[in-house]
Amino acid sequence: MSEKLLVTVGPHHHAPDTVARIMWEVTLALVPAFLVSLYVFGGRAVVVTLCGVLGAMAGEALVQAVFQKKPLTLADGSAVLTGVLMAFCVPAALPWWTAFIGGFAGIVFGKQCYGGLGHNIFNPAHIARAILLASWPVYMTTWLKPGVATGWIGPLPDGVTAATPLGLMKETLRNPDLMHSLAASGTTALQHTFHELQIGWTDLLTGTIGGSLGETGKLALLLGGIFLLIRHHITWHTPVTMMGTVFLGTLLITRDPQMAFFHLLSGGLFLGAFFMATDMVTTPMTKVGHLIFGFGCGAITLLIRFKGGYPEGVCYSILIMNAFVPLIDRFTVPRRFGEVRAPAQEVKA
Amino acid sequence: MLNTRTFSGGLHPPDLKTTGGAAIIPLPPPKKVVIPLSQHIGAPGKPLVTVGATVEKGQPLSEPNGFVSAPVHASIAGKVVAVGNFMHPFGIASTAIVIEGTGEPEPPLSPVATDGLSLPDEEIKKRIQAAGVVGMGGATFPTHVKLSPPASKPIDTVILNGVECEPALTADHRLMLEEPDKIISGLKLVMKVLKAKRGYIGIENNKPDAIRLLDEKLRGEENLAVAPLEVKYPQGGEKQLIAAILDREVPSGGLPMDVGVVVQNVATAAAIHDAVFHQLPLIERVVTLAGSCVKNPGNYRVRIGTPVNEFIAAAGGLKPEVPLAKVISGGPMMGLALFDLAVPVIKGTSGILCWSAQEAALRPETTCIRCGRCIEACPMRLLPQRLKTLVDHQRWAQAYELGILDCMECGCCAYTCPANLPLVQSFKLGKKVVFAERKREADAQKAKGK
Repeated sequence: MSEKLLVTVGPHHHAPDTVARIMWEVTLALVPAFLVSLYVFGGRAVVVTLCGVLGAMAGEALVQAVFQKKPLTLADGSAVLTGVLMAFCVPAALPWWTAFIGGFAGIVFGKQCYGGLGHNIFNPAHIARAILLASWPVYMTTWLKPGVATGWIGPLPDGVTAATPLGLMKETLRNPDLMHSLAASGTTALQHTFHELQIGWTDLLTGTIGGSLGETGKLALLLGGIFLLIRHHITWHTPVTMMGTVFLGTLLITRDPQMAFFHLLSGGLFLGAFFMATDMVTTPMTKVGHLIFGFGCGAITLLIRFKGGYPEGVCYSILIMNAFVPLIDRFTVPRRFGEVRAPAQEVKA
Repeated sequence: MLNTRTFSGGLHPPDLKTTGGAAIIPLPPPKKVVIPLSQHIGAPGKPLVTVGATVEKGQPLSEPNGFVSAPVHASIAGKVVAVGNFMHPFGIASTAIVIEGTGEPEPPLSPVATDGLSLPDEEIKKRIQAAGVVGMGGATFPTHVKLSPPASKPIDTVILNGVECEPALTADHRLMLEEPDKIISGLKLVMKVLKAKRGYIGIENNKPDAIRLLDEKLRGEENLAVAPLEVKYPQGGEKQLIAAILDREVPSGGLPMDVGVVVQNVATAAAIHDAVFHQLPLIERVVTLAGSCVKNPGNYRVRIGTPVNEFIAAAGGLKPEVPLAKVISGGPMMGLALFDLAVPVIKGTSGILCWSAQEAALRPETTCIRCGRCIEACPMRLLPQRLKTLVDHQRWAQAYELGILDCMECGCCAYTCPANLPLVQSFKLGKKVVFAERKREADAQKAKGK
């Protein structure tokens, strides 16, 4: 018994999770939603996702190798995850090179500029989406009709684009003449939207509607979210408050339960609530913080959807709330064990 | 069964308790013992013997040096061959007395049975100190000191700690099954001295046999009860135990007596019984031996001062086919990694774990992703992630404000951290510096005042 012994400070054993494992499991949780988009949007879903991931990996590798001169950390899965998430919140009709730029910009300007993994303030995938929306607004608002063959890349054939349900709803509500004639015929804006797009509630759930690449398959996203909950990578606090705020807020504003369900099941709410607003790096660290953050995201989403210029507000609501995270963290410090709030003794001293 | 209680925070690492069914095996006296004078918190005792002296088993080798001090005793009969600096399990050299055994069969200690409960309180405390009883859960605070709270801090409740929340350890579990009467007697003695009205034995629910047995034994005792607790680390931390059983929070920087409670480990209670009823000194204890390198994992009654390597050999040794990588004195969460197996088993040694390279595998440190798991796990409800950043940047004042001195180094944060950050190391360093800074400031204030 004279061999050299390993001496370290306790704890001497460790929970199995690592940062890389968390990143890859979150990526895994996105697979069901990706399969839905493959079914709905065809080969373009693959190309956009792949280019987004490659762009993100290229950005990560470039900064680490050239500027930071650090060993590459592509294997930890965080760049891949950013690429996938970026692709999930852009249209499947996006040109492949735009998707590549999106992934690249998300990593370089959304993450590495702040110092890399763990240091960024804003969700890099949403930063990428904001950059693309500002740079190529037409591409970023060209939505594919579900289930129409469009090839893998190249220009889109005619007649393959359509509005998203939220987009059409906004247009309808903003068109007084149309609203007037709808009212005369006893049709609601919701019925009009469903009729125009030839969709129903089932399509909202399964994902056979127009929209961003990975946001349409609500049931698939829910499945991924439940997996993350079971694996303790997220807690219920953010998704439930964010979606609950949108649902109840819509109910309060429109007094129409159908509209509340429509807003719950439309746009990027499921993707945002389960995968974006729960990003560990850019959200608060305590459960109370999660509740505040989720509520804020839901409230800003409502504000944009009902009062803003864009039909959808999930992306910007999360980016705006990201900015409040340090503040939320500061005001949600848990009461310490044995902490005496009343400073009676201290005053005496 | 009673309700299950617990505290906030904490986590449940894998149990690793494979030796819960292994009855305590007394090991024969070793040929040589190394008995450090300092096996407790407080001043080391003054040696009473010199090289060449012949000592009897149980003879005091040192006398307490002040009130917060405890003597040590010869755990075997033999000859003192050295008095000098020897390596201590804590990683420092300290004064120890080395005894070589005579090798002759030893006569049993003659236990003088007295009804301890009829003795005056002062005599009980005297016997406890004379027997060298200290907290055997690992903190090794001299027991007679805990039994002498100031008059301004009345104690209403005594809690015996039979939680054993550290994974892998089962020594207390076995002791509760095999010597329940001694433990209960020890509890009654402590309650008598402190004039406490209620007594609890806190046990985690993963030891249903111990809960059942002690529950039966305590039937008919109006003021004593078993408190079954949720299986969660660190349920056996004093403050967590008090919070779980009594819903009282020991104030930050305070002691259990500030909320009218004294906590003793169950092994300490058994030692108190021996000390008071039989005037037997603390010269042996139950130690769990486990880990994949050990041939015969189990619970052994070991003489204090037995070198760890001789203890392992006496218990059957190591498996030759599994190379030894790490030896831990204590549990996997808070235990000390040993650098030298010649160090002795001391009064606070609850277990010796011999781990293979696989069990001891280290993981590389990556980056904090602000997942918040450390905050969720911290039983003191601190912000480990933020505290580490403050220590890294040497912001001592802020670290103090955020409660770094409340950290008890339980390791929950580091256990759960997916980035594998050296959080406990940071806090050990931070606490030392913050403590020193505050002392310096206080001294400066005092100097100014004069």
